[in-house]
Amino acid sequence: MLQRGSKTRVIAGVSIVAAGALALAACSSSDDNATDGSSSSTAGKSGSFTYLSFAENTAIKGTLESLSSDACKDENASSPLKVTTQPQASFDQQIQLLAGQGALPSIFPAGNSPDVAKSLDKAGNLVQIGDELKALGKQDDIIPAAKSTIEKLYDGKDYVLPTEFNVEGFWYNKEIFTKAGLEAPTTWDDLVKDADALKASGIQPFAADGKDGWPLSRLVGNYIYRSLGADALQAVADGTAKLTDSGYVEAAQKVADLGKAGYFGKSVGSIDYTTAMNQFLTGKAAMYYMGSWALSNFNDPKQNVIGADNIGFVPFPAVTGGKGSADELAANVGVPLAMAKSKFDDGAKAWLGCIADNYGAAALNTGGVITGFKVNDDSTDVPALTKSVQDTIAHTSNTVLWFEALFSPKATTTSQTNAALLATGQLSPSDYMSKIQADLG
Amino acid sequence: MKSVLGDRRAIFLLLAPALTVYSLIILIPVFWSLGYTVFEGNAINGFSFVGLDNIKQLFSDPDVHQALWFTVRFALVLTAVQVALGYLLALLYVFVLRKASNLIRTLVFFPVVLPTVAVSLLFQQLFEYAPRNGPVNSILNVFGIPSVDWFGTSTSSFWVLILMETWRSMGFYAVLLYAGLVDIPEEVLESSRLDGASGLRLVRHIVIPLSMPVLLSSIIFSINGTLKIFDSVIALTNGGPGTSTTPLTVLMFQTSFGYGEYGYGSAIALLLTMLCLIVTIFIFRSSRRDLTKA
Repeated sequence: MLQRGSKTRVIAGVSIVAAGALALAACSSSDDNATDGSSSSTAGKSGSFTYLSFAENTAIKGTLESLSSDACKDENASSPLKVTTQPQASFDQQIQLLAGQGALPSIFPAGNSPDVAKSLDKAGNLVQIGDELKALGKQDDIIPAAKSTIEKLYDGKDYVLPTEFNVEGFWYNKEIFTKAGLEAPTTWDDLVKDADALKASGIQPFAADGKDGWPLSRLVGNYIYRSLGADALQAVADGTAKLTDSGYVEAAQKVADLGKAGYFGKSVGSIDYTTAMNQFLTGKAAMYYMGSWALSNFNDPKQNVIGADNIGFVPFPAVTGGKGSADELAANVGVPLAMAKSKFDDGAKAWLGCIADNYGAAALNTGGVITGFKVNDDSTDVPALTKSVQDTIAHTSNTVLWFEALFSPKATTTSQTNAALLATGQLSPSDYMSKIQADLG
Repeated sequence: MKSVLGDRRAIFLLLAPALTVYSLIILIPVFWSLGYTVFEGNAINGFSFVGLDNIKQLFSDPDVHQALWFTVRFALVLTAVQVALGYLLALLYVFVLRKASNLIRTLVFFPVVLPTVAVSLLFQQLFEYAPRNGPVNSILNVFGIPSVDWFGTSTSSFWVLILMETWRSMGFYAVLLYAGLVDIPEEVLESSRLDGASGLRLVRHIVIPLSMPVLLSSIIFSINGTLKIFDSVIALTNGGPGTSTTPLTVLMFQTSFGYGEYGYGSAIALLLTMLCLIVTIFIFRSSRRDLTKA
């Protein structure tokens, strides 16, 4: 028979063990689909085809769902599409956690900055999509310009899918330009002259989203590409040039000069994306630097008061005496999708093939989105403005990236949060570039 | 019962479940975070030991200096303003409005229950400058004063934040301090009045010393809350213009989760913890003095 003291010790011991067991049970993963955490391929088995979407982006989700009930219904029958969402602001954090637990979804946006996907790839988490497409004989489903942009973004590798292929440049209001007797600018000097003439006639020359900052910082990046050449920002990434070098600071100075002259309207730092879009589409501003993803807004008569026929597109103008060319369009692949090696089973492989064959046409049909996939369906009817952009893309052989494409997440934040200060004269061009360079190391 | 509570082992046994849960959800994450300060990396790339490098970086990082300066300035100004206004309101409730204060107390307390994001949107609209003027600028224009770009400069953004937080929280401090003031015995106040104390003299020499414990609690609540301000800043200014209204909390969040630098983010968290601890200890120590003695 146990003594009283021994009994108490036993009870205390059992209580502690039980509490610990309960706590461990509470802390353990409850994800039935979670793998064993290994990063090896699970070829042979077919589970669900899981897609973790940006909560704010419904276009990709919509296209995948439309494929699941149409062109990819056989793939969906053996490996059903399951979509979950995560707000974009906390997406990188979620991906890091999932990668750490070996619980990445089958397919997911490659993060808010290329650095996220590069880290995942370095850790062996990603499917080499280019190689897989080659094995499936579908490598031609990705258009060359998109492939080239992806390789520039991801150190020469192609482990993402281009769910969009956007070109960027100045969209202008043809009617305002005609009334003011102006031509679409082809050089930076023309652009400034046009802006000056427009302001003198009481029209705001540019609409810009200074609240998010990137539409302003992209002007800096484009000027650098035009004046210093297409490899100017790669040189910064490689450490052979610095943003504080005079040629780079000059680009920031040019954008600051536009702000100083009042071409962005009052308080550009208070203008958000929707307001800037609205200013252009209601004829309150004559020019708008934006990517071709805005075509869905331009083609929507409810939003576009000035009319789609009234909108023209010019690439970012050339800088006289510069090493770059206006033919090198600024391009990006929107929200590129990566695939997890740990979930790349036969079902996921079949889905990859089906997406490569059909995503381009489906995205064009469902949302009017131009993607980096070949459109394997001639019957797709697209609005005239979209068609003209498609033609521009078809005639583009060289592309350049955007200002922050090769920056770390910290330098990207610094660049974008300080862009409005640059444009409103609260931060000097050299200080702006110094701050970003400090984050680049 | 006495024999059970007199037995140390029984006390331990009764406390064990609660202590275990507390350790798991509070202490372990705190020490875990402290451990991160000597590492760099993230869940994808793994972690590597860097010793005190993250702590050293705190001293040379201009972003941390700016965030620390903003945090301290914001906490001091806001604590002074919201506790002072809360105390004035409490005095108004107790000595002027007396039993008729119910409605006013409810109205002033109302903003406390509103969601921060809703209040921030309200203040964004109130102080809007572009693309159209908000009510505040419209009123200024009526008096011939030109519109002000409230969120365009760091100084005006700072004061709009102070104003919003004051409006949002002074009702809470008013109720907290009101509870302290109604606890002052009526006989003490009456005898002071008979001795000739009234108005400001009564408040200064009788009411403030007797309500000092609750006043100190309010200051500790306020300063710890304001040092850890996060949601209001994100919703109203998002740390801008530039990074001029970015407090340590937002910088910590960006560093850890935006830039994937968990170690350095934890070092910033440690700095914030030390700041809260120092301020609290300072206030506690200064409160030990018996203020009822001359």
